[in-house]
Amino acid sequence: MGCIESLKYEIILKNASFKECRDYIREHLKEYRELPIGEKVFDSYIIGQPPVLIGLDGDDVILPFTKPCHGTFLLRIPSAEEAARLRKQKK
Amino acid sequence: MKGAVQDEPRSALLVLGCPQVPVQTGIALYLVNALKKKGVKPVIAGNQAARVLVEVSDPDRHYIGEVIDLDRCIRELAEKVRDFNLCFVFIHNDAGISYGATIQALSSGAIIAVVYGEHSQETANEIGFPCEKIAVKAVHNPMPLKKKIDEVLPWVVSNL
Repeated sequence: MGCIESLKYEIILKNASFKECRDYIREHLKEYRELPIGEKVFDSYIIGQPPVLIGLDGDDVILPFTKPCHGTFLLRIPSAEEAARLRKQKK
Repeated sequence: MKGAVQDEPRSALLVLGCPQVPVQTGIALYLVNALKKKGVKPVIAGNQAARVLVEVSDPDRHYIGEVIDLDRCIRELAEKVRDFNLCFVFIHNDAGISYGATIQALSSGAIIAVVYGEHSQETANEIGFPCEKIAVKAVHNPMPLKKKIDEVLPWVVSNL
């Protein structure tokens, strides 16, 4: 998952559970989709407890990201390209 | 098992979590040895810290065999490059549950959650994916967890 760490990101939630990430996305974002485990986002495989929600806010992608020693973070990552790709998949 | 190519003959994946709880490395080595004695090929996956701990603990590799990076393991399971008959997922925190859920979604093998740490029961109760659970309050002393593994392993391996 090194590639997500190398991107420019903003931490929305720290040490969160997947439920907290889902609740935040449902509460704060109008556009989101459920991703199956094993699907790639930013060239990294999605990790987590299903259902894993990914939020879309303009050109930003909001996604949970887990590291074994640091827990789960909810990140906001600006990427028009990835947001467009995920929107296209959604249809 | 269907889909991915599985390791031959019988294989078990041990997914290590963050090594901050001392019992993990000792129990992983114990489990690797016990699996080998039962004719099951063990493969360990972990982040760098977890991998280095097992490799330094067994420098001549009397016990451990293949040790792989956790991200590579997820990638190979997701791309169906390989699969395992059994997956032991070491869990002591929420991140461990996330990895366990991921392995369960990607592998066709039987999933055994090895839950330990100070709050093992609460952690075990948070697990929402189908698996067998071995949950023991163990932080420094591996013996209660070893005892539980000794009870469960013959049954688990006989079902392969």
